[in-house]
Amino acid sequence: MGDPQGRVAGSVVRRVGIGAALVLAAGTLSACSSDGKPTLNWYINPDGQATLTSLAERCSTDDYDIAIQLLPTGATDQRTQLARRLAANDSSTDLMSLDPVFVAEFANAGWLAEFEGDAADAVVDDDVLSGPADTVQWDDKVYAAPQWANTQVLWYRQSLAEQAGIADALQDGTATWSQVIEAASENGATVGVQADRYEAYMVWINSLVQGAGGDIVSDTEAGVDAQVDIDSDAGRAAAAVVQQLADSPAAQSDLSVSREGTSLGAMYGDGPGEFMTNWTFVYKNYEGTVSEEEFADLAWARYPRTVEGEESAPPVGGIDIGVGAFSEHPDWALEAAQCVTDPEAQLQLAVNDGLMPARASVYEEQELVDAYDAGLLDLYRESIEAGGTRPKSAFYNQISGAVQSTWHPPASVDPEKTPRESAEFIRDVLQGKALL
Amino acid sequence: MSSTTTAPAGVAKTPKSKKAGAGAASDRSVAENRLGMKLVAPALVVMLFVTAFPMLQALWLSLSNYALTAPDDRSFVGAQNYVTALSDPLFWRTMLVTVGIMVVTVFFELVIGFVFALVMHRVIFARGIIRTSILIPYGVITVVSGFAWQFAFSSTNGFVNAWLPFVEDNFNWFGEQFPALFAICVSEIWKTTPFMSLLLLAGLAQVSEDMIEAAKVDGATWWQRMWKVILPNMRAAIMVAILFRALDAFRIFDNIFVMTGGAVNTESVSFLTYRQVIEQFQIGMGSALSVLLFLSVLVIAFGIVKLFRVDLAAARQEG
Repeated sequence: MGDPQGRVAGSVVRRVGIGAALVLAAGTLSACSSDGKPTLNWYINPDGQATLTSLAERCSTDDYDIAIQLLPTGATDQRTQLARRLAANDSSTDLMSLDPVFVAEFANAGWLAEFEGDAADAVVDDDVLSGPADTVQWDDKVYAAPQWANTQVLWYRQSLAEQAGIADALQDGTATWSQVIEAASENGATVGVQADRYEAYMVWINSLVQGAGGDIVSDTEAGVDAQVDIDSDAGRAAAAVVQQLADSPAAQSDLSVSREGTSLGAMYGDGPGEFMTNWTFVYKNYEGTVSEEEFADLAWARYPRTVEGEESAPPVGGIDIGVGAFSEHPDWALEAAQCVTDPEAQLQLAVNDGLMPARASVYEEQELVDAYDAGLLDLYRESIEAGGTRPKSAFYNQISGAVQSTWHPPASVDPEKTPRESAEFIRDVLQGKALL
Repeated sequence: MSSTTTAPAGVAKTPKSKKAGAGAASDRSVAENRLGMKLVAPALVVMLFVTAFPMLQALWLSLSNYALTAPDDRSFVGAQNYVTALSDPLFWRTMLVTVGIMVVTVFFELVIGFVFALVMHRVIFARGIIRTSILIPYGVITVVSGFAWQFAFSSTNGFVNAWLPFVEDNFNWFGEQFPALFAICVSEIWKTTPFMSLLLLAGLAQVSEDMIEAAKVDGATWWQRMWKVILPNMRAAIMVAILFRALDAFRIFDNIFVMTGGAVNTESVSFLTYRQVIEQFQIGMGSALSVLLFLSVLVIAFGIVKLFRVDLAAARQEG
């Protein structure tokens, strides 16, 4: 006798199998577009999606198409997702938008293709500002192409600065953190920073230390044996600034959980306003959202000095474009990386999305000059040029985490203790003698 | 066909003493054990192949100082990762939080789950609807349940603050350790109590109605029947329920990930392991923590089995 049930079951299994295979095939990132051309996958962070999509179209050639793949919003999640792909030698990760602090980590892990010869010369030429140019190099080799740069400046209200009598010092770029905090305290204003326990707090501490002529760590290419320098006069000067702000009436009530967005409201709230160190997005954030009179009162100056007589080291951020080491089309990917970071691409990102160029020549473009105040553009450029980059290390995440945990909350910072304790903790974490 | 069955020779009569029947019973059980071993051997081999390799790999990795981002700096450090972890206050703090969550959630799940099991067991009307509605939370993905309760406890758009008269409307549950742990435990209890009640329902169904009837006839009250008849006969089921849930609760991760991200000292041991491996790429230390997590689970399982003094093999009621 036959086995109708068995046959029916068999056909069901077959149908389910075929269906599953189709779903899988559709869900897998295709390596070829419909016309048979190879597709390069470019993993982007969500800033300036529309411009990046048009860039991907412009930079697609007769040989390949560039497809946009979206990464999560948070920098930590972006890093995790890319790392998990690359640790598994994923060949479908061709291009990726990287936060500058990830470049050294990824390059050291062998996850990024090196830009050699002409490609290296093209992405790090004399036109590229020194801050961004520094972020893409590791071990004297070039591993990414700077696409746009970000920096922090001091935002404040002109009326407040004049009332406090430090308008001139701010415009000269000679004002110190101490003067800014005192000016705010004496005039019923506040100072806005980013001091929650997250990456931007590390950005602030790093700029304070570098502004005093020191470093958190050096000789980072020695990996876990890097030289830890934070227990120094520069480290103590940085701690003194954090302590002064935390103990002053100028500290905002949410200082210990303050982020980029939390102090925006204090600029035009009740009272005389605030002094706020923050990224370049602030200008466009207030434009159109506050009255014309209030917006005209908005002023900006170079990042404050940590110590008198020593130039400040403004934070530098942005995005670098890396090429996956396991890409099936590394030559095309390197070519595409150069295209999506060319002057035209940087101009579009700056004009459309407020993401500042990493190339000096783009700042001269009329389209950009028309879109921004000339003085502000010059300040951005100067800040990015003079900017202090965060430590380049394969263990950056541990260094940053160790600094954040020992310096947080800001009210606990003590110049006599904190730099020493954080130096010990960084060493322990790097040597695997302490959990983070 | 004849409907009578003849009992095997060894157990034709109830033995007068345990000793008398022991030989025969053990002969049979030895043979059964042998057959059981043979039947289970292929599955055991596959299991070992699938589970032993990753475990041994983790054990091997845990003896190195190895970061994914610095493959060339890998060095053999012996037991140093274990020494570091066990001597670090952070590890013990996460262990305390994990054990705390486990004890609290399992206790409440056991009590509420038992009440649900009694309802499902005895309910006469709308049985299907009641059983289904009790089981709904168990069908919800943990991450979704985490988000749902996070919104419920939110100080800006949640309903919990509005419902609780003794809590300020703008109280931030996720701003301090204990309120945050409370919210995490509520989500965990809501999600897994149905699982507990399912296991306990299976145990309830096994309790012989004759025994309960006999106790009734003897004049036992409802409480006496519960404590003297039902619960003692459910001991194995209760143990299994507690064991499964305790081990699950000890490995808690998703609720913490969603609701607090490990902030305000709400990290569990699993979360600490995740941080080391996934966020910091510290494969060596992460593997050491995984091994410690595995050993902790073994200790908890062993402790619960010992505590209940249930011989699961004897639950076959042989002899």
